[in-house]
Amino acid sequence: MTKNITTPGSNSPFSIVHSQLERVIQVNSLVKRFGNFTAVDHITFDVHQGEIFGFLGANGAGKTTAMRMLCGLSKPTEGHGRVAGFDIDKEVEQVKASIGYMSQKFSLYNDLKVWENIRLFAGIYGMRDKEIAQKTDALLQRLNFTSERNTLVKELPLGWKQKLAFSVSIFHQPKVVFLDEPTGGVDPVTRRQFWELIYEATSEGITVFVTTHYMDEAEYCNRVSIMVDGQIKALDTPGNLKRQFEADTMDSVFHRLARNATRSDN
Amino acid sequence: MSLQNNIQAMIPVQCRSLNKSYKKIAALQDVSFEVNPGELFGIIGPDGAGKTTLFRILTTLLLPENGSATVDGYDVVKDYKEIRKRVGYMPGRFSLYQDLSVEENLTFFASVFNTTIEENYDLIKDIYCQIEPFKKRRAGALSGGMKQKLALSCALIHRPSVLFLDEPTTGVDPVSRKEFWEILKKLKQEGITILVSTPYMDEASLCDRIALINNGKILKIDTPGNITSQFGKILWTVQSRNMHTLLTDLREYPAIGSCFAFGDTHHVTIDNEQLTIDNLKMYLSERGHSDIVIRPAGATIEDCFMDLLK
Repeated sequence: MTKNITTPGSNSPFSIVHSQLERVIQVNSLVKRFGNFTAVDHITFDVHQGEIFGFLGANGAGKTTAMRMLCGLSKPTEGHGRVAGFDIDKEVEQVKASIGYMSQKFSLYNDLKVWENIRLFAGIYGMRDKEIAQKTDALLQRLNFTSERNTLVKELPLGWKQKLAFSVSIFHQPKVVFLDEPTGGVDPVTRRQFWELIYEATSEGITVFVTTHYMDEAEYCNRVSIMVDGQIKALDTPGNLKRQFEADTMDSVFHRLARNATRSDN
Repeated sequence: MSLQNNIQAMIPVQCRSLNKSYKKIAALQDVSFEVNPGELFGIIGPDGAGKTTLFRILTTLLLPENGSATVDGYDVVKDYKEIRKRVGYMPGRFSLYQDLSVEENLTFFASVFNTTIEENYDLIKDIYCQIEPFKKRRAGALSGGMKQKLALSCALIHRPSVLFLDEPTTGVDPVSRKEFWEILKKLKQEGITILVSTPYMDEASLCDRIALINNGKILKIDTPGNITSQFGKILWTVQSRNMHTLLTDLREYPAIGSCFAFGDTHHVTIDNEQLTIDNLKMYLSERGHSDIVIRPAGATIEDCFMDLLK
Protein backbone atom coordinates (compact mmCIF):
# COMPACT_ATOMS: atom_id res chain seq x y z
CA MET A 1 0.00 0.00 0.00
CA THR A 2 3.02 2.26 0.03
CA LYS A 3 2.32 3.38 -3.51
CA ASN A 4 -0.33 5.97 -2.71
CA ILE A 5 1.09 7.35 0.49
CA THR A 6 1.69 11.06 0.36
CA THR A 7 5.25 11.65 1.37
CA PRO A 8 5.30 13.66 4.60
CA GLY A 9 7.99 15.88 3.11
CA SER A 10 5.84 17.03 0.21
CA ASN A 11 5.09 20.71 0.19
CA SER A 12 1.33 20.49 0.02
CA PRO A 13 -0.08 22.66 2.76
CA PHE A 14 -2.60 19.93 3.47
CA SER A 15 -0.28 16.94 3.46
CA ILE A 16 -0.82 14.49 6.26
CA VAL A 17 0.95 11.31 7.15
CA HIS A 18 -1.21 8.55 5.81
CA SER A 19 0.78 5.48 6.69
CA GLN A 20 -0.75 5.10 10.15
CA LEU A 21 -4.27 5.77 8.95
CA GLU A 22 -6.96 3.34 8.03
CA ARG A 23 -7.85 2.98 4.39
CA VAL A 24 -11.53 3.84 4.20
CA ILE A 25 -11.77 3.31 0.46
CA GLN A 26 -9.71 0.68 -1.35
CA VAL A 27 -10.22 0.24 -5.06
CA ASN A 28 -8.33 -2.28 -7.13
CA SER A 29 -8.60 -2.45 -10.90
CA LEU A 30 -12.28 -1.61 -10.90
CA VAL A 31 -14.10 -1.91 -14.24
CA LYS A 32 -17.65 -1.13 -15.34
CA ARG A 33 -18.83 -2.00 -18.83
CA PHE A 34 -22.17 -1.23 -20.42
CA GLY A 35 -22.27 -3.53 -23.47
CA ASN A 36 -19.18 -2.69 -25.50
CA PHE A 37 -18.62 0.57 -23.67
CA THR A 38 -16.08 0.62 -20.85
CA ALA A 39 -17.29 3.47 -18.62
CA VAL A 40 -14.72 2.80 -15.89
CA ASP A 41 -11.50 1.23 -17.05
CA HIS A 42 -9.35 -0.43 -14.36
CA ILE A 43 -9.12 2.27 -11.71
CA THR A 44 -7.01 1.72 -8.60
CA PHE A 45 -6.67 4.01 -5.59
CA ASP A 46 -6.96 4.25 -1.80
CA VAL A 47 -8.50 6.96 0.36
CA HIS A 48 -7.41 7.30 3.98
CA GLN A 49 -9.41 8.13 7.06
CA GLY A 50 -9.96 11.86 7.53
CA GLU A 51 -8.73 12.68 4.07
CA ILE A 52 -10.46 15.03 1.61
CA PHE A 53 -10.17 13.22 -1.71
CA GLY A 54 -11.05 15.21 -4.84
CA PHE A 55 -12.41 13.09 -7.66
CA LEU A 56 -12.13 15.18 -10.81
CA GLY A 57 -12.72 14.54 -14.48
CA ALA A 58 -14.39 15.92 -17.58
CA ASN A 59 -18.09 15.28 -18.21
CA GLY A 60 -18.40 11.68 -19.32
CA ALA A 61 -15.04 10.59 -17.91
CA GLY A 62 -16.77 7.96 -15.75
CA LYS A 63 -16.86 9.74 -12.37
CA THR A 64 -20.56 9.16 -11.70
CA THR A 65 -20.34 5.49 -12.68
CA ALA A 66 -17.33 4.99 -10.40
CA MET A 67 -19.04 6.80 -7.55
CA ARG A 68 -22.20 4.70 -7.97
CA MET A 69 -20.12 1.53 -7.63
CA LEU A 70 -18.46 2.87 -4.47
CA CYS A 71 -21.88 3.66 -2.97
CA GLY A 72 -23.17 0.16 -3.68
CA LEU A 73 -25.64 1.34 -6.33
CA SER A 74 -24.00 -0.37 -9.30
CA LYS A 75 -22.21 -3.69 -9.52
CA PRO A 76 -18.62 -3.71 -10.79
CA THR A 77 -18.02 -5.74 -13.97
CA GLU A 78 -14.48 -6.57 -12.82
CA GLY A 79 -12.10 -5.71 -10.03
CA HIS A 80 -12.55 -5.20 -6.30
CA GLY A 81 -13.41 -2.42 -3.96
CA ARG A 82 -13.96 -1.98 -0.25
CA VAL A 83 -15.66 1.02 1.35
CA ALA A 84 -15.68 1.44 5.13
CA GLY A 85 -14.36 -2.12 5.34
CA PHE A 86 -17.14 -3.71 3.27
CA ASP A 87 -17.00 -5.32 -0.15
CA ILE A 88 -18.81 -3.12 -2.70
CA ASP A 89 -19.88 -6.20 -4.66
CA LYS A 90 -20.93 -8.61 -1.91
CA GLU A 91 -21.76 -6.43 1.12
CA VAL A 92 -23.79 -3.73 -0.58
CA GLU A 93 -26.22 -3.08 2.28
CA GLN A 94 -23.42 -2.68 4.82
CA VAL A 95 -21.68 -0.26 2.45
CA LYS A 96 -24.85 1.83 2.12
CA ALA A 97 -25.31 1.93 5.89
CA SER A 98 -21.75 3.14 6.49
CA ILE A 99 -21.67 6.05 4.06
CA GLY A 100 -23.28 9.45 3.62
CA TYR A 101 -24.22 10.98 0.28
CA MET A 102 -25.08 14.43 -0.89
CA SER A 103 -25.40 16.01 -4.32
CA GLN A 104 -26.48 19.42 -5.45
CA LYS A 105 -29.29 17.93 -7.49
CA PHE A 106 -30.90 15.88 -4.75
CA SER A 107 -30.37 16.06 -1.05
CA LEU A 108 -33.41 17.06 1.01
CA TYR A 109 -37.19 16.79 0.69
CA ASN A 110 -38.57 20.24 -0.10
CA ASP A 111 -42.02 19.54 1.30
CA LEU A 112 -40.76 18.40 4.69
CA LYS A 113 -39.76 20.72 7.50
CA VAL A 114 -36.14 21.07 8.59
CA TRP A 115 -36.56 18.77 11.61
CA GLU A 116 -38.59 16.28 9.58
CA ASN A 117 -35.81 15.92 7.04
CA ILE A 118 -33.28 15.25 9.79
CA ARG A 119 -35.69 12.78 11.44
CA LEU A 120 -36.34 10.97 8.16
CA PHE A 121 -32.72 10.47 7.15
CA ALA A 122 -31.57 9.60 10.66
CA GLY A 123 -34.41 7.08 10.90
CA ILE A 124 -33.44 5.50 7.59
CA TYR A 125 -29.93 5.01 8.97
CA GLY A 126 -31.39 3.30 12.04
CA MET A 127 -30.64 5.93 14.66
CA ARG A 128 -32.75 5.85 17.83
CA ASP A 129 -35.35 8.54 18.57
CA LYS A 130 -33.65 9.82 21.70
CA GLU A 131 -30.31 10.17 19.98
CA ILE A 132 -31.96 11.85 16.99
CA ALA A 133 -33.69 14.39 19.24
CA GLN A 134 -30.51 15.26 21.12
CA LYS A 135 -28.35 15.51 18.04
CA THR A 136 -30.98 17.54 16.19
CA ASP A 137 -30.92 20.22 18.88
CA ALA A 138 -27.14 20.29 18.87
CA LEU A 139 -26.97 20.49 15.08
CA LEU A 140 -29.53 23.29 14.77
CA GLN A 141 -27.71 25.28 17.41
CA ARG A 142 -24.36 24.80 15.76
CA LEU A 143 -25.74 25.97 12.39
CA ASN A 144 -27.71 28.84 13.97
CA PHE A 145 -30.83 27.21 12.56
CA THR A 146 -32.88 26.83 15.76
CA SER A 147 -35.48 29.36 14.58
CA GLU A 148 -35.90 27.43 11.30
CA ARG A 149 -36.69 24.08 12.92
CA ASN A 150 -40.27 24.16 11.61
CA THR A 151 -39.57 25.82 8.26
CA LEU A 152 -40.27 23.87 5.08
CA VAL A 153 -37.00 23.16 3.33
CA LYS A 154 -38.27 24.69 0.08
CA GLU A 155 -38.52 28.04 1.85
CA LEU A 156 -34.86 28.08 2.89
CA PRO A 157 -32.33 30.07 0.87
CA LEU A 158 -30.18 27.82 -1.32
CA GLY A 159 -27.04 28.34 0.74
CA TRP A 160 -28.80 27.27 3.96
CA LYS A 161 -30.29 24.28 2.21
CA GLN A 162 -26.88 23.12 1.13
CA LYS A 163 -25.35 23.49 4.57
CA LEU A 164 -28.27 21.59 6.05
CA ALA A 165 -28.01 18.88 3.37
CA PHE A 166 -24.36 18.33 4.17
CA SER A 167 -25.03 18.21 7.92
CA VAL A 168 -27.82 15.69 7.34
CA SER A 169 -25.54 13.54 5.17
CA ILE A 170 -23.08 13.15 8.06
CA PHE A 171 -25.68 13.12 10.87
CA HIS A 172 -25.36 9.36 11.37
CA GLN A 173 -21.55 9.67 11.65
CA PRO A 174 -20.69 7.74 8.49
CA LYS A 175 -17.08 6.70 7.93
CA VAL A 176 -17.09 8.38 4.56
CA VAL A 177 -19.31 10.92 2.85
CA PHE A 178 -19.66 11.18 -0.94
CA LEU A 179 -20.29 14.70 -2.19
CA ASP A 180 -21.30 14.98 -5.85
CA GLU A 181 -20.78 18.57 -7.01
CA PRO A 182 -22.04 19.89 -3.68
CA THR A 183 -21.39 23.58 -4.34
CA GLY A 184 -22.76 24.10 -7.87
CA GLY A 185 -24.54 27.42 -8.26
CA VAL A 186 -24.13 28.76 -4.72
CA ASP A 187 -22.71 32.21 -4.11
CA PRO A 188 -18.97 32.51 -3.49
CA VAL A 189 -19.27 33.28 0.22
CA THR A 190 -21.57 30.31 0.90
CA ARG A 191 -19.33 28.08 -1.21
CA ARG A 192 -16.44 28.88 1.10
CA GLN A 193 -18.51 28.43 4.26
CA PHE A 194 -19.47 25.04 2.89
CA TRP A 195 -15.82 24.03 2.61
CA GLU A 196 -15.28 25.10 6.20
CA LEU A 197 -18.01 22.62 7.19
CA ILE A 198 -16.14 19.95 5.23
CA TYR A 199 -12.95 20.72 7.17
CA GLU A 200 -14.83 20.45 10.47
CA ALA A 201 -16.19 17.04 9.44
CA THR A 202 -12.71 15.75 8.59
CA SER A 203 -11.35 16.94 11.92
CA GLU A 204 -13.97 14.63 13.47
CA GLY A 205 -12.50 11.76 11.46
CA ILE A 206 -15.02 11.63 8.60
CA THR A 207 -13.50 10.94 5.21
CA VAL A 208 -14.68 13.13 2.33
CA PHE A 209 -14.88 12.00 -1.29
CA VAL A 210 -15.86 14.97 -3.44
CA THR A 211 -16.42 15.84 -7.10
CA THR A 212 -16.39 19.44 -8.32
CA HIS A 213 -16.07 21.55 -11.44
CA TYR A 214 -14.54 24.44 -9.48
CA MET A 215 -10.79 24.04 -9.85
CA ASP A 216 -10.03 26.29 -6.88
CA GLU A 217 -11.84 23.70 -4.76
CA ALA A 218 -9.44 21.02 -6.01
CA GLU A 219 -6.80 22.94 -4.05
CA TYR A 220 -8.72 22.36 -0.81
CA CYS A 221 -8.35 18.59 -1.17
CA ASN A 222 -5.54 16.58 0.41
CA ARG A 223 -5.22 14.55 -2.77
CA VAL A 224 -6.85 14.75 -6.16
CA SER A 225 -7.41 12.22 -8.90
CA ILE A 226 -8.19 13.23 -12.48
CA MET A 227 -10.16 10.83 -14.64
CA VAL A 228 -10.00 10.90 -18.43
CA ASP A 229 -11.93 8.46 -20.63
CA GLY A 230 -12.58 6.01 -17.81
CA GLN A 231 -9.03 5.92 -16.45
CA ILE A 232 -7.29 7.74 -13.63
CA LYS A 233 -4.59 9.72 -15.41
CA ALA A 234 -3.16 11.49 -12.39
CA LEU A 235 -3.37 11.15 -8.63
CA ASP A 236 -1.42 13.18 -6.08
CA THR A 237 -1.52 16.22 -3.83
CA PRO A 238 -2.44 19.44 -5.66
CA GLY A 239 1.09 20.71 -5.03
CA ASN A 240 2.74 17.64 -6.54
CA LEU A 241 0.37 17.63 -9.52
CA LYS A 242 1.22 21.24 -10.30
CA ARG A 243 4.94 20.43 -10.13
CA GLN A 244 4.52 17.28 -12.22
CA PHE A 245 2.65 19.13 -14.97
CA GLU A 246 4.64 22.36 -14.58
CA ALA A 247 1.43 24.30 -14.10
CA ASP A 248 0.56 27.29 -11.88
CA THR A 249 -2.96 26.23 -11.09
CA MET A 250 -5.04 23.08 -10.86
CA ASP A 251 -7.10 24.54 -13.70
CA SER A 252 -4.17 24.22 -16.09
CA VAL A 253 -3.32 20.73 -14.78
CA PHE A 254 -6.91 19.77 -15.55
CA HIS A 255 -6.80 21.29 -19.03
CA ARG A 256 -3.56 19.50 -19.89
CA LEU A 257 -5.03 16.14 -18.98
CA ALA A 258 -8.62 16.51 -20.07
CA ARG A 259 -8.33 18.38 -23.35
CA ASN A 260 -7.30 15.20 -25.15
CA ALA A 261 -10.32 13.32 -23.89
CA THR A 262 -12.20 11.54 -26.63
CA ARG A 263 -15.39 11.04 -24.66
CA SER A 264 -17.88 13.60 -23.46
CA ASP A 265 -20.70 13.20 -20.96
CA ASN A 266 -23.18 10.53 -19.85
CA MET B 1 -42.15 52.41 -36.02
CA SER B 2 -42.36 55.71 -34.15
CA LEU B 3 -39.37 58.00 -33.79
CA GLN B 4 -38.90 56.86 -30.21
CA ASN B 5 -38.82 53.27 -31.33
CA ASN B 6 -36.19 54.11 -33.90
CA ILE B 7 -33.92 55.54 -31.25
CA GLN B 8 -34.43 52.56 -29.01
CA ALA B 9 -33.76 50.21 -31.90
CA MET B 10 -30.13 51.21 -31.57
CA ILE B 11 -30.15 49.52 -28.18
CA PRO B 12 -30.60 45.73 -28.41
CA VAL B 13 -31.70 45.30 -24.79
CA GLN B 14 -32.90 47.92 -22.36
CA CYS B 15 -34.43 47.37 -18.90
CA ARG B 16 -35.91 50.15 -16.81
CA SER B 17 -36.67 49.45 -13.14
CA LEU B 18 -37.86 45.91 -13.70
CA ASN B 19 -39.58 44.29 -10.73
CA LYS B 20 -40.95 40.82 -10.30
CA SER B 21 -41.83 38.84 -7.21
CA TYR B 22 -43.13 35.37 -6.47
CA LYS B 23 -45.31 35.51 -3.37
CA LYS B 24 -42.99 36.92 -0.71
CA ILE B 25 -39.77 36.53 -2.67
CA ALA B 26 -38.58 39.53 -4.65
CA ALA B 27 -37.01 37.89 -7.70
CA LEU B 28 -36.07 41.17 -9.40
CA GLN B 29 -35.81 44.55 -7.70
CA ASP B 30 -35.40 47.70 -9.77
CA VAL B 31 -33.26 46.10 -12.42
CA SER B 32 -32.04 48.58 -15.04
CA PHE B 33 -29.34 48.16 -17.67
CA GLU B 34 -28.64 48.49 -21.37
CA VAL B 35 -26.81 46.18 -23.71
CA ASN B 36 -24.98 47.73 -26.67
CA PRO B 37 -25.11 46.40 -30.24
CA GLY B 38 -22.78 43.46 -30.78
CA GLU B 39 -21.92 43.27 -27.10
CA LEU B 40 -21.30 40.06 -25.15
CA PHE B 41 -23.02 40.98 -21.90
CA GLY B 42 -22.80 38.70 -18.86
CA ILE B 43 -25.30 38.42 -16.01
CA ILE B 44 -23.19 36.97 -13.21
CA GLY B 45 -24.68 35.64 -10.00
CA PRO B 46 -25.50 32.55 -7.95
CA ASP B 47 -28.65 30.41 -8.13
CA GLY B 48 -31.69 32.34 -6.97
CA ALA B 49 -30.21 35.71 -7.99
CA GLY B 50 -32.98 36.34 -10.53
CA LYS B 51 -31.12 35.47 -13.73
CA THR B 52 -33.76 33.17 -15.18
CA THR B 53 -36.64 35.50 -14.24
CA LEU B 54 -34.85 38.32 -16.07
CA PHE B 55 -34.30 36.16 -19.16
CA ARG B 56 -37.93 35.05 -19.20
CA ILE B 57 -39.18 38.63 -19.05
CA LEU B 58 -36.85 39.69 -21.86
CA THR B 59 -37.90 36.76 -24.04
CA THR B 60 -41.60 37.61 -23.37
CA LEU B 61 -42.36 34.41 -21.45
CA LEU B 62 -43.12 36.20 -18.20
CA LEU B 63 -44.71 39.58 -17.46
CA PRO B 64 -42.89 42.07 -15.27
CA GLU B 65 -44.86 43.55 -12.36
CA ASN B 66 -43.35 46.99 -12.69
CA GLY B 67 -40.95 48.72 -14.98
CA SER B 68 -40.41 48.18 -18.66
CA ALA B 69 -38.00 46.57 -21.06
CA THR B 70 -37.33 46.64 -24.77
CA VAL B 71 -35.55 44.23 -27.07
CA ASP B 72 -34.46 45.69 -30.41
CA GLY B 73 -36.67 48.64 -29.56
CA TYR B 74 -39.79 46.52 -29.09
CA ASP B 75 -41.67 46.48 -25.81
CA VAL B 76 -41.58 43.09 -24.07
CA VAL B 77 -45.27 43.31 -23.16
CA LYS B 78 -46.94 45.06 -26.12
CA ASP B 79 -44.73 43.82 -28.95
CA TYR B 80 -44.13 40.29 -27.74
CA LYS B 81 -44.87 38.76 -31.16
CA GLU B 82 -42.22 40.87 -32.86
CA ILE B 83 -39.65 40.04 -30.17
CA ARG B 84 -40.29 36.32 -30.44
CA LYS B 85 -39.40 36.47 -34.15
CA ARG B 86 -36.09 38.18 -33.52
CA VAL B 87 -34.53 36.60 -30.48
CA GLY B 88 -32.85 33.28 -29.89
CA TYR B 89 -33.28 31.73 -26.46
CA MET B 90 -31.45 28.82 -24.93
CA PRO B 91 -32.99 28.11 -21.53
CA GLY B 92 -30.98 26.62 -18.69
CA ARG B 93 -32.71 23.29 -18.96
CA PHE B 94 -32.62 21.77 -22.36
CA SER B 95 -35.33 22.91 -24.67
CA LEU B 96 -35.00 20.08 -27.17
CA TYR B 97 -37.60 17.53 -28.13
CA GLN B 98 -36.09 14.37 -26.69
CA ASP B 99 -37.96 12.03 -29.03
CA LEU B 100 -37.02 13.85 -32.22
CA SER B 101 -33.68 13.21 -33.88
CA VAL B 102 -30.94 15.83 -34.03
CA GLU B 103 -31.88 16.76 -37.57
CA GLU B 104 -35.63 16.77 -36.83
CA ASN B 105 -35.12 19.14 -33.90
CA LEU B 106 -33.19 21.57 -36.06
CA THR B 107 -35.68 21.32 -38.94
CA PHE B 108 -38.54 21.89 -36.51
CA PHE B 109 -37.03 25.06 -35.04
CA ALA B 110 -36.19 26.34 -38.53
CA SER B 111 -39.76 25.76 -39.74
CA VAL B 112 -41.30 27.47 -36.71
CA PHE B 113 -39.35 30.57 -37.72
CA ASN B 114 -40.26 30.20 -41.41
CA THR B 115 -36.75 29.43 -42.49
CA THR B 116 -34.69 26.41 -43.48
CA ILE B 117 -31.47 24.85 -42.25
CA GLU B 118 -29.84 25.67 -45.59
CA GLU B 119 -30.66 29.38 -45.41
CA ASN B 120 -28.63 30.02 -42.27
CA TYR B 121 -26.31 27.05 -42.32
CA ASP B 122 -23.17 29.19 -42.42
CA LEU B 123 -24.03 30.67 -39.02
CA ILE B 124 -24.31 27.34 -37.24
CA LYS B 125 -21.84 25.37 -39.38
CA ASP B 126 -18.94 25.37 -36.88
CA ILE B 127 -21.20 24.20 -34.06
CA TYR B 128 -23.51 21.88 -35.94
CA CYS B 129 -20.80 20.04 -37.89
CA GLN B 130 -19.62 18.55 -34.58
CA ILE B 131 -22.97 16.84 -34.02
CA GLU B 132 -23.89 16.24 -37.66
CA PRO B 133 -22.41 12.71 -37.65
CA PHE B 134 -25.15 11.86 -35.12
CA LYS B 135 -27.99 13.62 -36.94
CA LYS B 136 -30.20 10.51 -36.95
CA ARG B 137 -29.82 10.02 -33.20
CA ARG B 138 -32.66 10.95 -30.82
CA ALA B 139 -31.86 14.16 -28.93
CA GLY B 140 -32.64 12.33 -25.69
CA ALA B 141 -29.79 9.91 -26.39
CA LEU B 142 -27.15 12.61 -26.85
CA SER B 143 -24.44 13.42 -24.31
CA GLY B 144 -24.78 16.68 -22.36
CA GLY B 145 -22.12 18.41 -24.42
CA MET B 146 -23.79 17.44 -27.69
CA LYS B 147 -27.23 18.50 -26.40
CA GLN B 148 -25.75 21.86 -25.56
CA LYS B 149 -24.42 22.27 -29.11
CA LEU B 150 -27.74 21.19 -30.64
CA ALA B 151 -29.70 23.56 -28.39
CA LEU B 152 -27.42 26.40 -29.42
CA SER B 153 -27.83 25.49 -33.11
CA CYS B 154 -31.63 25.51 -32.66
CA ALA B 155 -31.50 28.90 -30.95
CA LEU B 156 -29.47 30.32 -33.85
CA ILE B 157 -31.17 28.76 -36.86
CA HIS B 158 -33.32 31.84 -37.61
CA ARG B 159 -30.32 34.17 -37.32
CA PRO B 160 -31.59 36.08 -34.27
CA SER B 161 -30.44 39.64 -33.66
CA VAL B 162 -30.18 39.04 -29.91
CA LEU B 163 -29.23 35.71 -28.37
CA PHE B 164 -30.24 34.88 -24.78
CA LEU B 165 -28.25 32.09 -23.15
CA ASP B 166 -29.36 31.16 -19.64
CA GLU B 167 -26.57 29.36 -17.80
CA PRO B 168 -25.25 27.50 -20.83
CA THR B 169 -22.19 26.22 -18.96
CA THR B 170 -23.65 25.19 -15.58
CA GLY B 171 -22.44 21.74 -14.55
CA VAL B 172 -20.11 21.59 -17.53
CA ASP B 173 -16.45 20.68 -16.98
CA PRO B 174 -13.76 23.37 -17.39
CA VAL B 175 -12.53 22.12 -20.77
CA SER B 176 -16.01 22.10 -22.36
CA ARG B 177 -16.77 25.46 -20.77
CA LYS B 178 -13.74 26.96 -22.49
CA GLU B 179 -14.84 25.52 -25.84
CA PHE B 180 -18.30 27.00 -25.40
CA TRP B 181 -16.92 30.48 -24.73
CA GLU B 182 -14.81 30.21 -27.86
CA ILE B 183 -17.99 29.52 -29.83
CA LEU B 184 -19.58 32.64 -28.29
CA LYS B 185 -16.60 34.76 -29.31
CA LYS B 186 -17.09 33.65 -32.93
CA LEU B 187 -20.83 34.40 -32.83
CA LYS B 188 -20.06 37.85 -31.54
CA GLN B 189 -17.96 38.43 -34.64
CA GLU B 190 -21.07 37.67 -36.71
CA GLY B 191 -22.63 40.77 -35.14
CA ILE B 192 -25.06 38.98 -32.84
CA THR B 193 -25.68 40.65 -29.51
CA ILE B 194 -25.38 38.06 -26.73
CA LEU B 195 -26.81 38.13 -23.23
CA VAL B 196 -25.42 35.24 -21.21
CA SER B 197 -25.87 34.30 -17.57
CA THR B 198 -23.51 32.21 -15.45
CA PRO B 199 -22.84 31.37 -11.82
CA TYR B 200 -19.10 30.92 -12.60
CA MET B 201 -17.27 34.09 -11.63
CA ASP B 202 -14.21 33.13 -13.69
CA GLU B 203 -16.29 33.44 -16.88
CA ALA B 204 -16.91 37.13 -16.19
CA SER B 205 -13.59 38.14 -17.74
CA LEU B 206 -14.72 36.65 -21.08
CA CYS B 207 -17.56 39.19 -21.39
CA ASP B 208 -17.36 42.75 -22.74
CA ARG B 209 -19.42 44.04 -19.81
CA ILE B 210 -21.05 42.32 -16.88
CA ALA B 211 -23.83 42.89 -14.37
CA LEU B 212 -23.20 41.32 -10.97
CA ILE B 213 -26.54 40.26 -9.53
CA ASN B 214 -27.64 38.81 -6.19
CA ASN B 215 -31.06 38.37 -4.55
CA GLY B 216 -32.76 40.15 -7.44
CA LYS B 217 -30.61 43.26 -7.22
CA ILE B 218 -27.88 44.40 -9.56
CA LEU B 219 -24.78 45.10 -7.49
CA LYS B 220 -22.62 46.57 -10.24
CA ILE B 221 -22.43 47.01 -14.02
CA ASP B 222 -19.16 47.66 -15.84
CA THR B 223 -16.37 46.01 -17.82
CA PRO B 224 -14.67 43.21 -15.86
CA GLY B 225 -11.43 45.23 -15.91
CA ASN B 226 -13.06 48.34 -14.43
CA ILE B 227 -14.77 46.34 -11.72
CA THR B 228 -11.58 44.67 -10.54
CA SER B 229 -9.50 47.84 -10.76
CA GLN B 230 -12.08 49.71 -8.64
CA PHE B 231 -11.83 47.15 -5.81
CA GLY B 232 -10.25 49.86 -3.71
CA LYS B 233 -8.80 47.77 -0.90
CA ILE B 234 -5.38 46.38 -0.16
CA LEU B 235 -5.43 42.68 -1.01
CA TRP B 236 -2.78 40.10 -0.09
CA THR B 237 -2.51 36.41 -0.80
CA VAL B 238 -1.31 34.36 2.16
CA GLN B 239 -0.05 30.78 2.30
CA SER B 240 1.41 28.60 5.00
CA ARG B 241 1.82 24.92 5.69
CA ASN B 242 -1.49 24.58 7.49
CA MET B 243 -4.06 26.40 5.40
CA HIS B 244 -7.01 25.53 7.64
CA THR B 245 -5.67 26.98 10.88
CA LEU B 246 -4.23 29.84 8.82
CA LEU B 247 -7.79 30.88 7.94
CA THR B 248 -8.78 31.06 11.62
CA ASP B 249 -5.57 32.81 12.67
CA LEU B 250 -5.88 35.43 9.92
CA ARG B 251 -9.48 36.17 10.89
CA GLU B 252 -8.39 36.81 14.47
CA TYR B 253 -5.87 39.47 13.42
CA PRO B 254 -7.39 42.92 14.01
CA ALA B 255 -6.04 44.74 10.93
CA ILE B 256 -7.57 42.19 8.57
CA GLY B 257 -10.94 43.02 7.07
CA SER B 258 -12.00 39.87 5.28
CA CYS B 259 -10.33 36.53 4.75
CA PHE B 260 -11.42 33.90 2.24
CA ALA B 261 -9.89 30.72 0.84
CA PHE B 262 -8.96 31.09 -2.83
CA GLY B 263 -7.57 27.83 -4.12
CA ASP B 264 -4.01 27.40 -2.88
CA THR B 265 -3.89 30.81 -1.16
CA HIS B 266 -6.11 32.82 1.17
CA HIS B 267 -7.14 36.31 0.09
CA VAL B 268 -7.13 38.89 2.87
CA THR B 269 -8.10 42.54 2.72
CA ILE B 270 -6.15 44.90 4.94
CA ASP B 271 -8.06 47.54 6.90
CA ASN B 272 -5.05 49.21 8.48
CA GLU B 273 -2.60 50.69 5.97
CA GLN B 274 0.17 50.68 8.59
CA LEU B 275 0.29 46.90 8.54
CA THR B 276 3.32 45.53 6.69
CA ILE B 277 3.84 42.08 5.24
CA ASP B 278 6.62 41.54 7.79
CA ASN B 279 4.26 42.39 10.68
CA LEU B 280 1.78 39.80 9.53
CA LYS B 281 4.51 37.24 8.91
CA MET B 282 5.78 37.70 12.44
CA TYR B 283 2.30 37.26 13.91
CA LEU B 284 1.76 34.08 11.93
CA SER B 285 5.15 32.64 12.94
CA GLU B 286 4.24 33.28 16.56
CA ARG B 287 1.08 31.28 15.95
CA GLY B 288 3.24 28.38 14.82
CA HIS B 289 2.95 28.73 11.05
CA SER B 290 5.81 27.80 8.76
CA ASP B 291 6.54 28.26 5.03
CA ILE B 292 4.63 31.54 5.16
CA VAL B 293 4.30 33.34 1.82
CA ILE B 294 2.52 36.70 1.66
CA ARG B 295 2.19 38.69 -1.57
CA PRO B 296 0.24 41.77 -2.65
CA ALA B 297 -2.30 40.84 -5.32
CA GLY B 298 -4.95 42.26 -7.61
CA ALA B 299 -8.60 41.50 -6.98
CA THR B 300 -10.56 39.01 -9.07
CA ILE B 301 -14.24 39.35 -9.96
CA GLU B 302 -14.99 36.88 -7.17
CA ASP B 303 -13.23 39.14 -4.62
CA CYS B 304 -15.32 42.06 -5.86
CA PHE B 305 -18.54 40.06 -5.77
CA MET B 306 -17.94 38.95 -2.19
CA ASP B 307 -17.06 42.48 -1.19
CA LEU B 308 -20.29 43.79 -2.72
CA LEU B 309 -22.31 41.14 -0.84
CA LYS B 310 -21.26 42.59 2.49
